[in-house]
Amino acid sequence: MKEKLSAFKLHKTPQLILFVAFVIVTSLALYFSQKSVISFLLLLSSLLFLYYMNLKNRTKWMIGLILLFILIPFASSGGPAFQSYMEVATMVGIYVSMALGLNIVVGMAGLLDMGFIAFFAVGAYAYSIFATPQASNFMPFGHYPLDGNSFWAFLIIGAIAAAITGVLIGVPVLRVKGDYLAIVTLGFGEIIRIVFNNSDSPINFTGGAMGIASVAHPKIFGYELSFPNQFYFVTLVILLFTLFAVLRLERSKLGRSWKAIRENEIAAQAMGIPLVKTKLMAFALGASFSGMMGVVFAAKQQFIDPTSFTLMESFTILVMVVLGGMGSVPGVILGAAVVTILNLQVLTELTNWVNQLNLSGVVSIPDALSPAKMQKFIFGALLIIFALYKTNGLIPAKNRVFDEKKLASDKSNSKDNDPKGNPMTTLKDKDSKEQTKIYS
Amino acid sequence: MPILEVTNITKQFGGLTANSNVSMTVEEDSITAVIGPNGAGKTTFFNMITGVYQPTSGEIKLNNESIVGLKPDMVAKKGISRTFQNIRLFDEMSVIENVLVGMHSHLKANLLSILLDFPVTKKEEIEAEKEAYRLLEYFGLSSLLNEKACNLSYGAQRKLEIARALATKPKLILLDEPAAGMNPKETKELTEIIRQMGKEFHTSVLLIEHDMKLVMGISEHIIVLDHGEKIAEGNPDEIRSNQKVIEAYLGSAAVN
Repeated sequence: MKEKLSAFKLHKTPQLILFVAFVIVTSLALYFSQKSVISFLLLLSSLLFLYYMNLKNRTKWMIGLILLFILIPFASSGGPAFQSYMEVATMVGIYVSMALGLNIVVGMAGLLDMGFIAFFAVGAYAYSIFATPQASNFMPFGHYPLDGNSFWAFLIIGAIAAAITGVLIGVPVLRVKGDYLAIVTLGFGEIIRIVFNNSDSPINFTGGAMGIASVAHPKIFGYELSFPNQFYFVTLVILLFTLFAVLRLERSKLGRSWKAIRENEIAAQAMGIPLVKTKLMAFALGASFSGMMGVVFAAKQQFIDPTSFTLMESFTILVMVVLGGMGSVPGVILGAAVVTILNLQVLTELTNWVNQLNLSGVVSIPDALSPAKMQKFIFGALLIIFALYKTNGLIPAKNRVFDEKKLASDKSNSKDNDPKGNPMTTLKDKDSKEQTKIYS
Repeated sequence: MPILEVTNITKQFGGLTANSNVSMTVEEDSITAVIGPNGAGKTTFFNMITGVYQPTSGEIKLNNESIVGLKPDMVAKKGISRTFQNIRLFDEMSVIENVLVGMHSHLKANLLSILLDFPVTKKEEIEAEKEAYRLLEYFGLSSLLNEKACNLSYGAQRKLEIARALATKPKLILLDEPAAGMNPKETKELTEIIRQMGKEFHTSVLLIEHDMKLVMGISEHIIVLDHGEKIAEGNPDEIRSNQKVIEAYLGSAAVN
């Protein structure tokens, strides 16, 4: 059985046939059923199978993009649950993007940040304040609310605002390390939420605990985006941008210096890596991805208040990173998707099902045990299981594999520099004679 | 012309004087050794040169330019690289990535050029990878390039640390007990590497070592520290016959 499986891992054609069949069956099931969470999840999981298939990277990307941009929105458009599927998919995109940002800080640079949601809040508030009349409370010029066209500019403004916040928090916070860093960031995360909570008097900046309502929907070419399926595409494009940025950073000089700092600060510094600057860069970049998604979140929800940015949210994102595999980009994507879907779809579906059973009198499960209330318990249990049995997460981080042949391509040149071949062997005899002379 | 000039440096940790009034020079393209009993202040001395500690008083000059007060990363950029007494590799990173980190300050890539994938950055990266591979070849580690650093044998880890230090293209390389924990065969191989690499990479070498065979075999100049003070300096022959050194460190057995 095992041999057959490993043989299957190598063969492209049967893999591809099976994959296509799987995608077709799940898509059709999703399209023709009224509401089938299972087929929706199976269709999404085809992306995971794609990741493990033995294909060229470029082909995988092409197939993945077709699935994401065309097949998934189309297949889920068949039934009345279309918008709720798209809502879930959009939330997955938002959380994946944030988890990728946190992965830079925690996974790559090894800085345990427990207040990451603060940057998301900064992005969300940046757009909400200016896309509602709220801004006219304190802005001396301009007309507010800004209309939905400003959304696109605010994606960048939100990212920059979050990055600046990241640097401002980072400067004092990065003096401490390890557990202390976790505690200090946790504190700062809460401080930012409370600042938003209390900034309603004497000047009303943020609407305080009441939050900010009726945030303008984004507009593109005069066309207003208001449905989850439209946000799905917006999120997807931003997510892809984030993903490309993260993948490039990971293989670059910067990604290496983050990892070096994570592995050994003293050695990293001795190799010429400036610690504070490099750590701040990780903080700022991670924050900016989160801030960008904050803008999308605010525009999609149309209403934000401080309760969306609690400690629990910070933990949720951290759980995504740890569950998926710290420092592993595919792992973090999977982790974020699993946790978000578990939260938004599986648990709510289970709750509905249990409620129906309760109503029809088949069983009687007390309200306190309803699955939606077990969220924290399930997270906790998952974390314990992973800490015990799968420390490196769902898809553990892998080092990039360098191709020895490519690197050795101009071997002839290096041989010219070193005509004696290996100097270490050729000079050995002479050396030992010298040394015996010294000690005789 | 001396590449490194240390004048009267003193380091005090509270009431404890780790180094007092130590002066020395390292000539260009030479191999210099610092020896002395445990606790003599050798590593503190290294840490002051590399900017980990700031001297309480005194002056350190690299190529006639003061490096006192610079952070370790700036010292590294000026051209001093080092290895550590207790190996400090980037354990979870691959062998070649360890060397690539060493090239950090010579890569011009910045955030923008990385995100936009400029052709210059791409080319620079490929060049760096090839150079890193050549360094690994020189140290006989090229077949292990994708191995995690923590999976290497002890001797290979020592060599990788030196390779990583050389990747910064240093003018002066500081080796802190490079042969510690090595067997005689490995030590012999290492001796040859140290002797060769100075010429190959145009770098001066300053090393701390307890293995007298290695020290006497390769150093042109030796400085002896005891209780934080310099008690002798000179070429291996002078040191071996110096009465003070024999009493403090070598012991009479080494002379006979």
